[in-house]
Amino acid sequence: MRALAETTTARGSSAPAGSGAPAGTRLSRAWLALPVAAVVLVLSIGVAVTIGPADLALSEVGRSLATHLGLSGPLGLEPLTALRDGMVWQLRMPRILTAAAVGAGLALCGAVMQSLTRNPLADPYLLGLSSGASLGAVLVLLAGVPLLLPVAAFVGAVGALALALSLAGALGAITPTRTVLAGLAISQLCAAAVSFVIFWSAKGDAFREVLSWLMGSVASATWTSVAIAGGAVLVLGTLLALTGSVLDAFTFGETAAAALGVPVNRARWILLIGVALLTGALVSQSGSIGFVGLILPHAVRLFTGARHRLLLPLSALAGASFLVWADTLARTVFEPRELPVGIVTAAIGAPVFAFLLWRGNHR
Amino acid sequence: MSAATDLPALAPQAPSARRGGLTAERVTWEISGRLILDDVGVLAPTGAVTGLLGPNGSGKSTLLRVLAGVQQAGRAAPPSADLPSPVAQPGPTTAFDGADLAALPRRERARVLALVEQDATTDLPLSVLDAVLLGRIPHRSLLAGDSDADRTAAHAALATAGAGDLADREVGTLSGGERQRVHMARALAQDPRLLLLDEPTNHLDIAAQLHAMRVLRDLAADGVTVVAALHDLNHAASTCDHLVLLDQGRVVASGPVGDVLVPEVLEPVYGVRVDVLTHPRTGRPVLSFDRD
Repeated sequence: MRALAETTTARGSSAPAGSGAPAGTRLSRAWLALPVAAVVLVLSIGVAVTIGPADLALSEVGRSLATHLGLSGPLGLEPLTALRDGMVWQLRMPRILTAAAVGAGLALCGAVMQSLTRNPLADPYLLGLSSGASLGAVLVLLAGVPLLLPVAAFVGAVGALALALSLAGALGAITPTRTVLAGLAISQLCAAAVSFVIFWSAKGDAFREVLSWLMGSVASATWTSVAIAGGAVLVLGTLLALTGSVLDAFTFGETAAAALGVPVNRARWILLIGVALLTGALVSQSGSIGFVGLILPHAVRLFTGARHRLLLPLSALAGASFLVWADTLARTVFEPRELPVGIVTAAIGAPVFAFLLWRGNHR
Repeated sequence: MSAATDLPALAPQAPSARRGGLTAERVTWEISGRLILDDVGVLAPTGAVTGLLGPNGSGKSTLLRVLAGVQQAGRAAPPSADLPSPVAQPGPTTAFDGADLAALPRRERARVLALVEQDATTDLPLSVLDAVLLGRIPHRSLLAGDSDADRTAAHAALATAGAGDLADREVGTLSGGERQRVHMARALAQDPRLLLLDEPTNHLDIAAQLHAMRVLRDLAADGVTVVAALHDLNHAASTCDHLVLLDQGRVVASGPVGDVLVPEVLEPVYGVRVDVLTHPRTGRPVLSFDRD
């Protein structure tokens, strides 16, 4: 009776006038997070550059930046000494900007993959894309054609994704758990291949190189790395970030997406290839860094909810700041020793991953 | 046949079925060699509630998905070898109000028809209002966000589905009945002229079942063509105007309620004994079942 009474009263009368307003204001308040996250990122980059040996000041970072952008004359700023300028502009800036680009891209890739596969555990690292990309990258470096690095990493990422999905499919219906298990298998296989290839070919410091591909590192980043990782994030990341409505439509599955007028197959393949391209470009510069793509979108969703128009750009900005700080920790905690940044992200990400698994079982 | 003509009209009065509505012909569908739908034809008049009946595995869900265009209809099965093959066998057609549904661009089709699936869920934290706003996707540019008009439409759809007070809840925390209302609201937010539902009363308590059927009646009264796959024959008896009975992928009966809900038709399909009584207040049929 209660239900019947509700229909008869609710029907015909449109929504109460006030009920749209709170949602509207909440929405615009949520959108304020974007400029805030952008400011946090810029400040993070600026502060991170000052951290480390040699006690740089934030103002020195600004002066170095002004010099290289040709603004020191008009602004009347003193250039830094060559040594300090080199530290800012040649050592730390490329490294930190690469970390920011890689963090942004991985978080974005994770968010897209999670929504597209409706799998809260999906992420370029867990599904083997990152290891596949590493393998491709290591192989072309070995063959002596570093120009092909991003291409090979992309091919590796696509190959690993295809293998993981077909392995998951061969096990039966593609469930989140099967996908992750298949991804882990492919990921381990590719990681073993990377280690093998490096040990077989390299001498001396091979273990360091293995680690930097498997655990990820931006220690040797140059302005070329910034151009490749940053360019990929700007171009592919922007395109991916614009697909919010399409990903929204996948919320209740592929049939629901189709019923909302989305060309499901085309959308899925275009997005997955976009993700693999972006992952390839990032991994070719940083090695495979875990957990950024997994935990950042979840953290941001707590704040934005599951709609994508805000989730995607905000994940990218938050991921950038996150990796900037993770890398800063990696190079300063045990100074002068450096950790691969993947150790830091794993130390933070693995407990979160365990929590997600636990919560998934308790639903 | 007198039962059909004598059947009391439902309140609210459904508009007389004009020419139009949904017409599907020669719909065939097979999965790995097994024929799920075999040369199925469906007629669902405008402004009426059409019930899609049949035992488990009779092809109801598949038929709805084919009608919704989320599964492409295959060609009719080839004629058996001992019959002369017709020169050009016509393919399947699904037309709504004279327009070929299969030929419509996807987004346009999504503005004409909406599908309410069984048990669609998500693991992601999603508010009810956001879930309903998904129904507005076909009505706006893929780059645009929700407009105020979209939010108004979503709230109106929630109110129509009897879920107005759920707007701020999270979908994952809803009961089965509440979730079903939200899915109904999402479909209504699409502003469809054709609404397809897969067992809208599944997992619902009796009040929620009656509520769902009532919403369907009201929609039909507003001129929406409603097609619902139903398990409960008594819901079909009390609510539907028109029925299509499937068995093993074929249509075994279709027509007004009084033509289909009769023992001679139902007993061989469901394998049970059926007695058709008359409801003392509404005058509609009430079915009682026994194992024989």
